[in-house]
Amino acid sequence: MEFQRLDAPYVAPRDSVPVLMRKVLYALVPAVMAHVWFFGPGLVLNILVAALFCAGGEALMMQLRGRKALPALSDYSALITAVLIAFALPPLTPWWVTATASLFGIVVAKHLFGGIGFNVFNPAMAGYVAVLVAFPVHLNFWIPPSMGDLDYQALNIFQSMTFTLTGTLPDGMTFDAISRATPLDTVKSGLNTMHTFQEIHANPMMGDFGGVGWEWVSNFVAIGGFWLLSQKVIRWHIPVGVLAGMLIPAGIMSFLQAGVHPSPGFYLFSGGVMLGAFFVATDPVTAATSTKGRLVYGLGIGLFIYCIRRWGSYADGVAFSILLMNMAVPAIDYLTKPRIVGHLKHERETA
Amino acid sequence: MADLILILISTVLVNNFVLVRFLGLCPFMGVSRNLEAAFGMSLATAFVLTLSSSVSYLIHQYLLLPLDLAYLRTISFILVIAACVQLTEIMVRRQSPLLHQVLGIYIPLIATNCAVLGVALLNIQQAENFVESLFYGLGASMGFALVLVLFAGIRGRLDAADVPLPFRGTAIAFVAAGIMSLAFLGFSGMARL
Repeated sequence: MEFQRLDAPYVAPRDSVPVLMRKVLYALVPAVMAHVWFFGPGLVLNILVAALFCAGGEALMMQLRGRKALPALSDYSALITAVLIAFALPPLTPWWVTATASLFGIVVAKHLFGGIGFNVFNPAMAGYVAVLVAFPVHLNFWIPPSMGDLDYQALNIFQSMTFTLTGTLPDGMTFDAISRATPLDTVKSGLNTMHTFQEIHANPMMGDFGGVGWEWVSNFVAIGGFWLLSQKVIRWHIPVGVLAGMLIPAGIMSFLQAGVHPSPGFYLFSGGVMLGAFFVATDPVTAATSTKGRLVYGLGIGLFIYCIRRWGSYADGVAFSILLMNMAVPAIDYLTKPRIVGHLKHERETA
Repeated sequence: MADLILILISTVLVNNFVLVRFLGLCPFMGVSRNLEAAFGMSLATAFVLTLSSSVSYLIHQYLLLPLDLAYLRTISFILVIAACVQLTEIMVRRQSPLLHQVLGIYIPLIATNCAVLGVALLNIQQAENFVESLFYGLGASMGFALVLVLFAGIRGRLDAADVPLPFRGTAIAFVAAGIMSLAFLGFSGMARL
């Protein structure tokens, strides 16, 4: 009889890559439901298109490299990229825009760099930024949230599907009738035309903090994020860093000049900052690895988000900020190497 | 003061000479293979860039314009840059042989860096006085140093990555530089000069 021999470590690892990735997907479910409740079925259609092309791109690249496609597909990482791209795009997006973003993210930003574990830039954000720069007009069709007190024309699921597939609206409907500027856009253009933030925020579509609908989607994203924290899938340093990096300058500026600078509450609950802080910036491959490094990385993202939202020409800067800090990750990791056990602080260089 | 800060933000981030204006790509690709070389190159380029852009501003303002010789500016700026590079080389060799050994071959290479001539030429259109031209050159060299050092870090990581065979080496470095350039578009609109 042969005994089963084991090498150290004897404790079986609790989590593998597919388990972690599945947990991230579960954590996104409340946010998807909230988004569909407020903005209609467009997000689900985006997810379906993005998932198809992300999985297709992943399989194609594995095939081209002469490797098996099934193990790569069954770690769910391509599916997360797909869901994040779908979240970043407006609910009404023609399918080819979503497909371009997915293929750019998976093929160029992930597999050319060596596939999972080697990509320097976050695939979802790289794909989104590529289409944002390439097709800015098609990323303008944001629809207003379906709340009773706002007059709006909503598309039903078949009309949304027709738009996603063909890019055409039903007869008699125009983009001007169904699309609205997002709260971030409204605030930016209002401030540029010399209105005070308080005047702009008096508009009922602004809700309590970040805009009707938007603030609730942000809340549900945060619920998923807290669940990930409690499951120890992510650690608190990066989300706290991102939020603090954005809220501290926003708080100081709006304290100094409340009319010119939007309130921190507005910035916290609008746009994609919650999604970025909990789900994108915490990507274990592209984020900094040391504890101090994670804080620096998060703070940098938050600061860039604030600067781009306040002074840049793009309405939201989450994707750009994450790519910018991805770029700095090797340098951050190099400069924040933790002390090796047994060495004193000043001995770090020789270690 | 606010103008000078705006010039720095504009040249370092918004109109970064490498990633937004695509100048100086040869040293960006050539000297980013390891971090020490990238750091040395950034320092030497920063010195030459700041010196040559301010000197060429003075020459343009007080020699070429009064004598109505503005059509000679390209050739005279090339002369200024070559002189600055030579001066840097002689000074470094005399004052610090050790630094000369480290920077050695990079110093003559600066003369062929198109960002140096580009900054000198753009400078005379953008800067309104000598201090502004000094900050313009300083910001341009800080932007160059920033992206060169960050890119060297990324390339160090790419060397260890399982990159597909046709993309190893320079090819994947260009892909990475392209995505960096995409990310820098996020700064657009922040400072208009």
